[in-house]
Amino acid sequence: MEKFTTFSGIAVPLRRSNVDTDQIIPAVYLKRITKTGFEDALFASWRNDPEFVLNDPAYKHGSVLIAGPDFGTGSSREHAVWALRDYGFKAVLSSKFADIFKGNSGKQGLIAGEITDEDTQKLWDAILANPGVEITIDLVQRTATLGDLTVKFSIDEYTRWRLLEGLDDIGLTLRDESSITDFEARRPNWMPKTLPAKH
Amino acid sequence: MTKTNLTLAEKVWNDHVVVKGENGAPDLLFIDLHLLHEVTSPQAFDGLRLAGRQVRRPDLTIATEDHNTPTIDIDKPIADPTSRTQIEALRHNAKEFGIRIHSLGDIEQGIVHVVGPQLGLTMPGITVVCGDSHTSTHGAFGALALGIGTSEVEHVLATQTLPLKPFKTMAINVEGTLRAGVTSKDIILAVIAKIGTGGGQGYVLEYRGSAIRDLSMEARMTICNMSIEAGARAGMVAPDQTTYDYLKGRVHAPVGKDWDEAIKYWDSLATDENAVFDAQVFLDANTLDPFVTWGTNPGQGVSLNDVVPFPESFTDPNEKAAAVRALEYMDLVAGTKMKDIKVDTVFLGSCTNSRIEDLRAAAEILKGKTKAENIRMLVVPGSARVRLEAEHEGLDKIFLDFGAEWRFAGCSMCLGMNPDQLAPGERAASTSNRNFEGRQGKGARTHLVSPLVAAATAIRGTLSAPADLEEN
Repeated sequence: MEKFTTFSGIAVPLRRSNVDTDQIIPAVYLKRITKTGFEDALFASWRNDPEFVLNDPAYKHGSVLIAGPDFGTGSSREHAVWALRDYGFKAVLSSKFADIFKGNSGKQGLIAGEITDEDTQKLWDAILANPGVEITIDLVQRTATLGDLTVKFSIDEYTRWRLLEGLDDIGLTLRDESSITDFEARRPNWMPKTLPAKH
Repeated sequence: MTKTNLTLAEKVWNDHVVVKGENGAPDLLFIDLHLLHEVTSPQAFDGLRLAGRQVRRPDLTIATEDHNTPTIDIDKPIADPTSRTQIEALRHNAKEFGIRIHSLGDIEQGIVHVVGPQLGLTMPGITVVCGDSHTSTHGAFGALALGIGTSEVEHVLATQTLPLKPFKTMAINVEGTLRAGVTSKDIILAVIAKIGTGGGQGYVLEYRGSAIRDLSMEARMTICNMSIEAGARAGMVAPDQTTYDYLKGRVHAPVGKDWDEAIKYWDSLATDENAVFDAQVFLDANTLDPFVTWGTNPGQGVSLNDVVPFPESFTDPNEKAAAVRALEYMDLVAGTKMKDIKVDTVFLGSCTNSRIEDLRAAAEILKGKTKAENIRMLVVPGSARVRLEAEHEGLDKIFLDFGAEWRFAGCSMCLGMNPDQLAPGERAASTSNRNFEGRQGKGARTHLVSPLVAAATAIRGTLSAPADLEEN
């Protein structure tokens, strides 16, 4: 994974709450077996609406999404993160993320930064006053800066460290392989086993 | 914290810590059971191949086909080439990595969350993961069951562990006795309406109280299944005699000395009397009505006896805006009686309500009745075994005589990844778990209901409770 420190790009105001992962990427796009090429699927239903924010030329090349609370609820589909990433998004800011979405983002290098409802509104107001304006995400300082407005965002410390270092989770875990082996040796016999099939 | 004041979730967590995280790092937890399906696994297997890694514990892993599979003509090749490719990828991956798979046509095929418990693989006190948010279903056994993303699927395949941040705990206390016609589906819809779709965020929920203890395993699974709809990472019920009776004799349940040893451990899992939850929610079972949703998220629900709410009644500006948008999408007028809402389709199925008990409950209401004009009803059993069991009991005949379609097992219309979809603008009473915009088909409108409400609605054509049938 690439290291992430700072990034600047066009800010996109998604003024909706409860943006579930079915909206981020409808199920029909989940049949693909690749991990890339999902840019066409992002917000696929909403993109048919000419009024949808990404259809506004000012935001078409957006890369930082500022959304209402409860972003990424519902299905665990990591495709939602892939679609955001493939479209070009590097960060999403919201006052509340669904847990699984937040976790998936961290694995793929997409920043899911939590900001207050008040700051969400301030950012929306600033963007709408100047559509197409750039925002700078600074993972070191945990700040988002748009013109003379700077807001703090929170992200869990471990995820931040991994993203700053560009570290792969599986590689980190395998450093503890001997502990896994020790644990396996202690597991009781009644625990479920799928093999061999008992019928 | 001593051994005497822990919650169920904390006990299961503690007993699975492989490496305790330090300086803000997550704990590394061992995963006892990993369930796979076709949609969220292909990219994980690709990752393994790219890194030259093996599946660490194929003996703790099992796969089935459910999300995109057809529910008719299952003996023919899958018509949709992308669905077929995805299924073939799973079969290929299972073969290459030595993983047991139950494919379409196999007696153990079905919705992954119906299959695990049915085989006796889901047990109290274990950790279960699956690349599917409704993995929370398995918490009904007192397991810590988490829905995960594809990167985590790859992580578990490679290491049989997951790095996890500790959760907070929330007690959902449901005391009293449910009235006739009220089910566990109504309990969970009421809970989500009460705490909201983000109310459980960061929490593992534990469902407690006399109303929960009175529920069957199937009914407990329905409740735990929808924990994710409240934003929770997991939902659990402490194991008891009901749990043990369900498990005993299942093909993968322990036997002999192992069974005795397991029971001893399972008995120790219940939340200690003086344990403290981070949050508490209370719900009165005695006064609960059948619950249905009116909007486009599972928190937008009301009593079936109520009316479509007025957006002005919400004080939170986000909720108010969401209500305006939802009414527009659902084509509903505030103040309309929920029971006046006409539906086109009734869907009985999904990992929430497709178990034998759900089918029996619906069949009992439909028996000898005819469906309302223009209603289409789809009955999709949760697994091939549930289908066979239902046929053995003659339930299929009841559904067919009623005018419903009797299908093969799968996720079907819950998410419409296969051809079982609603047409744009069509309205459904659905026993599934999500009423999101476009979930059951582009432009489709969903009302989440219990199997009893689904059955009564299919008879009357408007959202109805079984009690409404007696009044006629």
